[in-house]
Amino acid sequence: MLEIKNLHARIAEDGSEILRGIDLTVNPGEIHAIMGPNGSGKSTLSYILAGKEDYEITEGEILFNGENLLEMEPDERAAAGVFLAFQYPIEIPGVATMEFLKTAINAQRKARGEDALSIPDFMKLVKAKSADLNVTMDMLKRPLNVGFSGGEKKRAEILQMALLEPKLCVLDETDSGLDIDALRIVSEGVNKLRSPDRSMIVITHYQRLLDHIVPDVVHVLSKGKIVKTGGKELALELEKNGYADYTGAAA
Amino acid sequence: MTTPINLTQAETGLVDRFDAARTGLAGSDAVAALRASAAGQIKAKGLPHRRVEEYKYSDLRAFLKSAAPLAAAVSVDEAKAALGAADMLGELDRYRIVIANGSYVAELSDVAALEAEGVSLADFNAALAGDKGAALLAQPKSAGTDGVLALNTAFVQGGVVLSVKAGAEVSKPVELVQIAVSEGAQVTRCRVELGEGAKLRLVETFAGKAGAGETNAVFDYDVADKAHLATTRLMISEGAGAVLATTLSRIGAKAELKTLCFIAGPDFTRNQQFVAFAGENSEAKIYGVTLARGKALADQTLIVDHAVPHCNSREFFKTVLDDDARGVYQGRINVAQHAQKTDGEMMTQALLLSEGAEMANKPELEIFADDVICAHGATCGEIDEDLLFYLRARGIPLEEAKTLLVLAFLSEAIEEFAEEDVTEILEQRVRDWLAAK
Ligand SMILES: Nc1ncnc2c1ncn2[C@@H]1O[C@H](COP(=O)(O)OP(=O)(O)OP(=O)(O)O)[C@@H](O)[C@H]1O
Ligand SMILES: [Mg+2]
Repeated sequence: MLEIKNLHARIAEDGSEILRGIDLTVNPGEIHAIMGPNGSGKSTLSYILAGKEDYEITEGEILFNGENLLEMEPDERAAAGVFLAFQYPIEIPGVATMEFLKTAINAQRKARGEDALSIPDFMKLVKAKSADLNVTMDMLKRPLNVGFSGGEKKRAEILQMALLEPKLCVLDETDSGLDIDALRIVSEGVNKLRSPDRSMIVITHYQRLLDHIVPDVVHVLSKGKIVKTGGKELALELEKNGYADYTGAAA
Repeated sequence: MTTPINLTQAETGLVDRFDAARTGLAGSDAVAALRASAAGQIKAKGLPHRRVEEYKYSDLRAFLKSAAPLAAAVSVDEAKAALGAADMLGELDRYRIVIANGSYVAELSDVAALEAEGVSLADFNAALAGDKGAALLAQPKSAGTDGVLALNTAFVQGGVVLSVKAGAEVSKPVELVQIAVSEGAQVTRCRVELGEGAKLRLVETFAGKAGAGETNAVFDYDVADKAHLATTRLMISEGAGAVLATTLSRIGAKAELKTLCFIAGPDFTRNQQFVAFAGENSEAKIYGVTLARGKALADQTLIVDHAVPHCNSREFFKTVLDDDARGVYQGRINVAQHAQKTDGEMMTQALLLSEGAEMANKPELEIFADDVICAHGATCGEIDEDLLFYLRARGIPLEEAKTLLVLAFLSEAIEEFAEEDVTEILEQRVRDWLAAK
């Protein structure tokens, strides 16, 4: 599904290096968790996967189902099946949520050579999926993310993910800002999407999320490098001991 | 003592045009005298240019290279054919009043249906010939010796006087369409009078082939006590000539005026408004949506005179510029010394889609009263890259994502204007404009 090879990236504006040689392979159906200290480059990696232009790739490559991901525009990547649930979903005043969802779904369908969804089919789909995630009609009537609470924004991201049915889901701290019930609801939503041909990268600081969304592999990212890879028990160990053992090793 | 100026070719042409046309222009002797004096102003001062404060960014003298003759009168059939080919409002269910090549065409206007709704129509030229003819050309003090108004007064070819009787609430919007059937300058003046408590929604459109030669339209609104007037103006012709519109508004007590002027297209467009509160507890909401590209210049200029206490005004203007286009917003709220409890809020925001585009934002407050709430602001920016990325990351291609964001930017004004009849029409015009790139 995804192959990241020796990825080096720096900030285009000031040239500071953030990612220093990442190697990561995610097979179809796998869930990989990425943990690591603040500022270690987790969000940077997720943005680079989604195609944000603020970064410059100095070395390495990313293959997505065999294709060179770095040569694709952000919207082409989305249509090919990459989805990033943002750590900080942004508010877009003046863009109605429903209009946005319809435009996004149909743009992706068009890019894949499929027919646009009819309005009734679209409405039915949104109603069903939003009920699952406890996203209210009132939220959907507002402009995109405007006035949503932190937790509501995260639920809205997962709703988008459920509607767009991507192949690779990158969840950047989707658990932060969620209350205990919302964490369960969102995790159930994510688990529903688990399938043998869909992979996920789950970025989180807390082991608790991984109780709900059980990963196949856990990585520790420190100073732009993966310094440790293990099974789900690695998360438990980190919860207990912190990152000291690994960040030291990377230095 | 003013020093005589060297007239440009266009200015000399205008002076000659007046000499050639004057005997054929409508109006009483008093009107003829006003026309002559306005023409005299043009001869003495020329066209408004960049050293005239109000035209600093919109140099009409530099733009107008020559004076086209006044558009010739056309037959009803010609007007009808042209109208059929240039419907600006599509499916909108409305009444229509037609002005073709500067003259009112009763035969194509919904005279009887409007009469039944309490609206009477009269040919502006007939009114100009009457005892009160000269009063029809009166202008507010805040307009000073405005050059575009002077041009209008000198040359006005015709128009309509629309009166809504007291208490009448017109059930459908009324389109006042000015169609250029053939080339030539089109100079019109319309008076819109609302009796006490009357309600009217007006949509002012310009259609047809405004070729060489200026379009100069004046709208004189008189909104009596407790009356409500909502007007939408579409300045969307595709011609190369200057399109100039002037609004003169007088608002009575407990009355409301709401207007939105939408500019898209012409090379030189100026919409100027002089709004005066004449009675207390009234409200004016003035919106502007401007789109310009290429080398176009689009100017929204406005003076709101709070001459009496207890009135609110809201001015909200949005501008989107591409290529080497220039946008101008000049807005001034005047609050007279005794106009206490005035509430005025002015905002102008521009979105630049290219490096070459330029916006001149000049919001001003001139306040002589001490117990008022007035605010103004201006912003000028580019499309937010983070918003664009978010939309693209969901699969929306670049151009479509930009369209969504431009619409979002403009719809703040369109939606606050909240005239449901025209919301979709305006948003579609924005989409068309973006798609035409
Ligand atoms: N566009 C940018 N401009 C400047 N600095 C940036 C930019 N993007 C990332 N950085 C810097 O790169 C480093 C890595 O940031 P990143 O957001 O990837 O960390 P993170 O691992 O996601 O941290 P957190 O756990 O706090 O979310 C930080 O020092 C950050 O300040
Ligand atoms: Mg982060």
